[in-house]
Amino acid sequence: MASTIRVRATSSGETTEVQALIQHPMDSGFVKDSKGEIIPPHFIQQLTFEHDGKNVFVADWGGGVSKDPYVKFTFKGGKKGDELKISWVDNKGATDATTAKIQ
Amino acid sequence: MTDVGFSATRRLILQGAGAVALVGLGNLPFVAPALAAANDKYPEAAFKAKSEADAIKALYGKTAEPSDKVKMDAPEIAENGAVVPVAVTTTLADVTSISFLVSENPVALVASYRIPPGTLPSVANRIKMAKSSNVIVVVEAGGKLYSANKEVKVTVGGCGG
Repeated sequence: MASTIRVRATSSGETTEVQALIQHPMDSGFVKDSKGEIIPPHFIQQLTFEHDGKNVFVADWGGGVSKDPYVKFTFKGGKKGDELKISWVDNKGATDATTAKIQ
Repeated sequence: MTDVGFSATRRLILQGAGAVALVGLGNLPFVAPALAAANDKYPEAAFKAKSEADAIKALYGKTAEPSDKVKMDAPEIAENGAVVPVAVTTTLADVTSISFLVSENPVALVASYRIPPGTLPSVANRIKMAKSSNVIVVVEAGGKLYSANKEVKVTVGGCGG
Protein backbone atom coordinates (compact mmCIF):
# COMPACT_ATOMS: atom_id res chain seq x y z
CA MET A 1 0.00 0.00 0.00
CA ALA A 2 1.23 3.42 -0.81
CA SER A 3 2.10 5.58 2.16
CA THR A 4 -0.69 7.63 3.70
CA ILE A 5 1.79 10.45 4.22
CA ARG A 6 2.75 12.98 1.59
CA VAL A 7 5.42 15.46 2.59
CA ARG A 8 7.11 18.37 0.92
CA ALA A 9 10.11 19.75 2.79
CA THR A 10 11.92 22.64 1.17
CA SER A 11 15.15 24.18 2.45
CA SER A 12 15.71 27.89 1.92
CA GLY A 13 19.27 27.67 3.28
CA GLU A 14 18.59 28.75 6.85
CA THR A 15 15.18 27.21 7.42
CA THR A 16 13.18 24.26 6.15
CA GLU A 17 9.47 24.59 5.42
CA VAL A 18 7.50 21.38 5.84
CA GLN A 19 4.04 20.69 4.47
CA ALA A 20 2.37 17.37 5.16
CA LEU A 21 -0.86 15.88 3.87
CA ILE A 22 -2.07 12.61 5.36
CA GLN A 23 -4.85 10.31 4.21
CA HIS A 24 -7.02 9.53 7.22
CA PRO A 25 -10.80 9.64 7.84
CA MET A 26 -10.39 11.64 11.11
CA ASP A 27 -13.82 10.53 12.34
CA SER A 28 -14.66 12.53 15.45
CA GLY A 29 -17.20 10.10 16.90
CA PHE A 30 -19.96 12.75 16.79
CA VAL A 31 -21.16 12.21 13.24
CA LYS A 32 -23.97 9.85 12.24
CA ASP A 33 -24.00 7.86 9.02
CA SER A 34 -26.93 7.69 6.55
CA LYS A 35 -28.64 5.05 8.75
CA GLY A 36 -28.49 7.35 11.75
CA GLU A 37 -25.81 5.32 13.49
CA ILE A 38 -22.84 7.01 15.10
CA ILE A 39 -19.60 6.58 13.19
CA PRO A 40 -17.10 5.53 15.90
CA PRO A 41 -14.14 7.81 16.57
CA HIS A 42 -11.13 7.11 14.39
CA PHE A 43 -8.53 9.83 14.26
CA ILE A 44 -4.77 10.38 14.36
CA GLN A 45 -3.63 11.25 17.88
CA GLN A 46 0.01 11.98 17.39
CA LEU A 47 2.09 13.00 14.39
CA THR A 48 5.85 13.36 14.79
CA PHE A 49 8.51 14.93 12.58
CA GLU A 50 12.13 14.01 13.28
CA HIS A 51 15.25 15.55 11.77
CA ASP A 52 18.83 14.61 12.64
CA GLY A 53 17.77 12.45 15.59
CA LYS A 54 15.52 14.96 17.30
CA ASN A 55 11.86 15.92 17.09
CA VAL A 56 11.33 19.19 15.25
CA PHE A 57 7.53 19.15 15.52
CA VAL A 58 4.97 17.06 17.38
CA ALA A 59 1.23 17.34 16.73
CA ASP A 60 -1.36 16.07 19.22
CA TRP A 61 -4.66 15.83 17.43
CA GLY A 62 -8.27 15.28 18.40
CA GLY A 63 -11.27 14.39 16.23
CA GLY A 64 -11.71 18.08 15.36
CA VAL A 65 -8.92 18.05 12.80
CA SER A 66 -10.27 17.90 9.24
CA LYS A 67 -10.35 14.68 7.22
CA ASP A 68 -7.12 14.07 5.30
CA PRO A 69 -5.27 16.48 7.59
CA TYR A 70 -2.82 19.12 6.43
CA VAL A 71 -0.20 20.85 8.51
CA LYS A 72 2.58 23.33 7.76
CA PHE A 73 5.51 24.45 9.91
CA THR A 74 9.10 25.68 9.57
CA PHE A 75 12.25 24.79 11.46
CA LYS A 76 15.76 26.23 11.51
CA GLY A 77 18.42 24.08 9.86
CA GLY A 78 17.95 21.19 7.48
CA LYS A 79 19.95 20.89 4.27
CA LYS A 80 18.95 19.70 0.85
CA GLY A 81 19.19 15.89 0.85
CA ASP A 82 18.72 15.56 4.63
CA GLU A 83 16.17 13.03 5.79
CA LEU A 84 12.98 13.93 7.62
CA LYS A 85 11.18 11.08 9.38
CA ILE A 86 7.43 11.36 9.76
CA SER A 87 5.20 8.99 11.70
CA TRP A 88 1.66 8.93 13.09
CA VAL A 89 -0.39 6.80 15.44
CA ASP A 90 -4.20 6.86 15.66
CA ASN A 91 -6.68 6.10 18.46
CA LYS A 92 -7.00 2.48 17.27
CA GLY A 93 -3.25 1.93 17.49
CA ALA A 94 -2.68 1.96 13.72
CA THR A 95 0.53 3.63 12.57
CA ASP A 96 2.31 4.70 9.43
CA ALA A 97 5.72 6.20 8.82
CA THR A 98 7.74 7.56 5.95
CA THR A 99 11.02 9.28 5.27
CA ALA A 100 11.22 12.34 3.04
CA LYS A 101 14.26 14.04 1.57
CA ILE A 102 14.55 17.78 2.08
CA GLN A 103 14.56 19.54 -1.30
CA MET B 1 55.76 40.78 14.35
CA THR B 2 52.82 42.60 15.77
CA ASP B 3 50.68 40.97 13.09
CA VAL B 4 51.75 37.48 14.11
CA GLY B 5 51.28 38.29 17.77
CA PHE B 6 47.84 39.63 17.05
CA SER B 7 46.72 36.63 15.00
CA ALA B 8 48.08 34.20 17.60
CA THR B 9 46.04 35.95 20.28
CA ARG B 10 43.07 35.98 17.98
CA ARG B 11 43.41 32.26 17.38
CA LEU B 12 43.57 31.61 21.10
CA ILE B 13 40.42 33.62 21.60
CA LEU B 14 38.69 31.78 18.78
CA GLN B 15 39.73 28.41 20.17
CA GLY B 16 38.43 29.48 23.53
CA ALA B 17 35.12 30.47 21.97
CA GLY B 18 35.01 27.17 20.11
CA ALA B 19 35.55 25.23 23.30
CA VAL B 20 32.76 27.12 25.02
CA ALA B 21 30.47 26.45 22.06
CA LEU B 22 31.31 22.73 22.19
CA VAL B 23 30.64 22.56 25.90
CA GLY B 24 27.34 24.29 25.26
CA LEU B 25 26.41 21.77 22.58
CA GLY B 26 27.59 18.88 24.71
CA ASN B 27 24.99 19.69 27.31
CA LEU B 28 22.07 19.72 24.93
CA PRO B 29 21.71 15.97 24.21
CA PHE B 30 21.29 15.27 27.91
CA VAL B 31 18.58 17.89 28.34
CA ALA B 32 16.60 17.25 25.15
CA PRO B 33 15.65 13.56 25.65
CA ALA B 34 14.59 14.23 29.24
CA LEU B 35 12.25 16.99 28.08
CA ALA B 36 10.99 14.95 25.14
CA ALA B 37 10.22 11.98 27.37
CA ALA B 38 8.28 14.15 29.78
CA ASN B 39 6.26 15.76 26.99
CA ASP B 40 5.70 12.86 24.63
CA LYS B 41 2.49 11.65 26.21
CA TYR B 42 -0.75 12.26 24.35
CA PRO B 43 -2.89 14.66 26.47
CA GLU B 44 -5.92 12.37 26.67
CA ALA B 45 -7.83 14.36 29.32
CA ALA B 46 -7.50 17.66 27.46
CA PHE B 47 -9.02 16.05 24.36
CA LYS B 48 -12.03 14.90 26.40
CA ALA B 49 -12.84 18.30 27.93
CA LYS B 50 -16.02 19.89 26.58
CA SER B 51 -15.26 23.56 27.19
CA GLU B 52 -12.19 25.48 26.10
CA ALA B 53 -11.48 26.61 29.68
CA ASP B 54 -11.40 22.99 30.92
CA ALA B 55 -9.27 21.93 27.95
CA ILE B 56 -6.71 24.69 28.54
CA LYS B 57 -6.60 23.84 32.24
CA ALA B 58 -6.14 20.11 31.50
CA LEU B 59 -3.44 20.83 28.95
CA TYR B 60 -1.44 23.55 30.69
CA GLY B 61 -2.75 23.81 34.25
CA LYS B 62 -3.16 27.58 33.98
CA THR B 63 -5.17 30.24 32.18
CA ALA B 64 -4.29 32.32 29.12
CA GLU B 65 -4.30 36.09 28.74
CA PRO B 66 -5.18 37.72 25.40
CA SER B 67 -2.19 39.08 23.49
CA ASP B 68 -1.96 41.07 20.26
CA LYS B 69 1.35 39.34 19.63
CA VAL B 70 -0.57 36.20 18.67
CA LYS B 71 -1.74 36.61 15.09
CA MET B 72 -4.45 34.29 13.83
CA ASP B 73 -5.37 33.93 10.19
CA ALA B 74 -8.86 32.45 9.83
CA PRO B 75 -11.75 33.21 7.45
CA GLU B 76 -14.64 35.52 8.52
CA ILE B 77 -17.06 33.09 6.94
CA ALA B 78 -16.38 29.41 6.36
CA GLU B 79 -18.56 27.92 3.66
CA ASN B 80 -17.64 24.41 4.72
CA GLY B 81 -17.29 23.76 8.44
CA ALA B 82 -15.58 20.44 7.71
CA VAL B 83 -12.48 22.20 6.39
CA VAL B 84 -11.64 25.56 7.92
CA PRO B 85 -8.05 26.70 7.28
CA VAL B 86 -6.56 28.36 10.34
CA ALA B 87 -2.99 29.56 10.72
CA VAL B 88 -1.19 31.25 13.56
CA THR B 89 2.08 33.03 13.96
CA THR B 90 3.54 34.98 16.86
CA THR B 91 6.37 37.37 17.64
CA LEU B 92 6.58 36.01 21.21
CA ALA B 93 9.94 34.47 22.18
CA ASP B 94 10.58 31.01 23.66
CA VAL B 95 7.41 29.45 22.30
CA THR B 96 7.03 25.81 23.40
CA SER B 97 3.52 24.98 22.27
CA ILE B 98 0.59 26.22 20.16
CA SER B 99 -2.98 24.93 20.54
CA PHE B 100 -6.20 25.40 18.54
CA LEU B 101 -9.65 25.33 20.17
CA VAL B 102 -13.23 25.81 18.94
CA SER B 103 -15.69 26.91 21.66
CA GLU B 104 -18.83 25.40 20.12
CA ASN B 105 -17.38 22.02 19.11
CA PRO B 106 -18.43 18.99 21.20
CA VAL B 107 -14.76 18.68 22.17
CA ALA B 108 -13.19 22.14 22.34
CA LEU B 109 -9.54 21.20 21.83
CA VAL B 110 -8.77 20.47 18.19
CA ALA B 111 -4.99 20.31 17.98
CA SER B 112 -1.97 21.01 20.13
CA TYR B 113 1.49 21.39 18.63
CA ARG B 114 4.79 21.14 20.49
CA ILE B 115 7.38 23.60 19.27
CA PRO B 116 10.91 22.48 20.21
CA PRO B 117 13.77 25.01 20.27
CA GLY B 118 14.76 25.79 16.66
CA THR B 119 11.25 25.42 15.27
CA LEU B 120 9.51 28.66 14.31
CA PRO B 121 6.32 29.62 16.23
CA SER B 122 4.11 29.41 13.17
CA VAL B 123 1.61 26.67 12.27
CA ALA B 124 -1.06 26.24 9.62
CA ASN B 125 -3.69 23.49 9.68
CA ARG B 126 -7.31 22.71 8.78
CA ILE B 127 -9.95 22.19 11.43
CA LYS B 128 -13.61 21.15 11.69
CA MET B 129 -16.27 23.46 13.08
CA ALA B 130 -19.72 22.18 14.11
CA LYS B 131 -21.24 25.67 13.76
CA SER B 132 -20.38 29.36 13.98
CA SER B 133 -18.03 29.77 16.91
CA ASN B 134 -15.09 31.48 18.46
CA VAL B 135 -11.79 29.99 17.38
CA ILE B 136 -9.14 30.32 20.06
CA VAL B 137 -5.41 29.97 19.69
CA VAL B 138 -3.26 29.51 22.77
CA VAL B 139 0.50 30.06 22.64
CA GLU B 140 2.74 28.90 25.45
CA ALA B 141 5.82 31.12 25.60
CA GLY B 142 8.36 31.35 28.41
CA GLY B 143 6.05 29.31 30.66
CA LYS B 144 3.09 31.71 30.22
CA LEU B 145 -0.04 31.41 28.10
CA TYR B 146 -1.19 33.95 25.54
CA SER B 147 -4.30 33.73 23.39
CA ALA B 148 -6.08 35.17 20.37
CA ASN B 149 -9.77 34.86 19.47
CA LYS B 150 -11.67 35.13 16.26
CA GLU B 151 -15.32 34.51 15.50
CA VAL B 152 -15.82 32.40 12.39
CA LYS B 153 -19.26 32.08 10.86
CA VAL B 154 -20.02 28.66 9.44
CA THR B 155 -22.69 28.30 6.76
CA VAL B 156 -22.53 24.46 6.59
CA GLY B 157 -21.50 22.63 9.77
CA GLY B 158 -18.67 20.13 9.79
CA CYS B 159 -20.06 17.70 12.31
CA GLY B 160 -23.61 17.23 11.07
CA GLY B 161 -22.68 14.49 8.59
